[in-house]
Amino acid sequence: MIESPLVMKTLFMVGPVPVTEPVVVTWGIMAALALGGFFATRSLALSPTRYQAVIELVVGAIEDQIQGTMHVAPKPYVAMIGTLFLFILAANWSSLIPGIEPPTAHIETDAALGLVVFCSIIYFGIRVRGIGGYLRTFAEPSIVMLPINLVETFTRTFSLVVRLFGNVMSGVFIIAIILSLAGLFVPIPLMALELLIGAIQAYIFTVLAMVFIGSAAAGERTSGRKQREQP
Amino acid sequence: MNWIEIVSIFAATVAVSFGAVGPALGEGRAVAAAMDAIARQPEAAGTISRTLFVGLAMIETMAIYCLVVALLVLFANPFVR
Repeated sequence: MIESPLVMKTLFMVGPVPVTEPVVVTWGIMAALALGGFFATRSLALSPTRYQAVIELVVGAIEDQIQGTMHVAPKPYVAMIGTLFLFILAANWSSLIPGIEPPTAHIETDAALGLVVFCSIIYFGIRVRGIGGYLRTFAEPSIVMLPINLVETFTRTFSLVVRLFGNVMSGVFIIAIILSLAGLFVPIPLMALELLIGAIQAYIFTVLAMVFIGSAAAGERTSGRKQREQP
Repeated sequence: MNWIEIVSIFAATVAVSFGAVGPALGEGRAVAAAMDAIARQPEAAGTISRTLFVGLAMIETMAIYCLVVALLVLFANPFVR
């Protein structure tokens, strides 16, 4: 019997709180990303070094994606969206290190990420439109749509969570099944496919988060067009 | 092995097998349309295939939902204690 993908191994206890494996991996990824970001931005120069050029390329690509998807100036969103993308990508690819299971293969990690997206939709919506303006978007085409819009607010975040969880978990699960059926080197093509799926899912999660935030916050179509015409 | 477990295993099988039919048809149509578009306009192949990958992942999510339901039925069934 293959062990259930829904239960987690407890590594050690901090007082009464059990610390599970995904939590440790998540903190490791967070530490790696934070240290990498710290050392990358410590000595920024006007004429970039090779390392700084790579970082600038990544940040520029994320800004271009935000500009292209949300049609607004990317400055307020690039920190959140960029962190989300880099974290999910690092989490999905952390299975490259032997013995480590990606933390996104457990629904708790994905639920936390979905909660971040849910809260930031409300935050950016209220920040751009004000509380009244944000609440008015729920009755946007007509007041009849109010319950559907309310339900949609929750279900779209939930489907975001289940999509990431299902894709990453199914990859881990299938590799485990193949490994238990066949020999040592047979799952390698599937693992390569899993890397592609991990990258695509990170991209999709980020793009959908951008679309949701954009629909709550990007303002009226006309005002967005005016902002772009000004410069 | 009681009745609930037997029915659960059967339900998981049915969920995955029938849940895979719709996404398979959808992915086939999407790939066919993308091939058509690339054949008509080979210079747009990069954009088309990038969009195709994202679209395929979105369609595949439907099959993944069925897999998640099947795993819930198998491993986290509320009626099996």
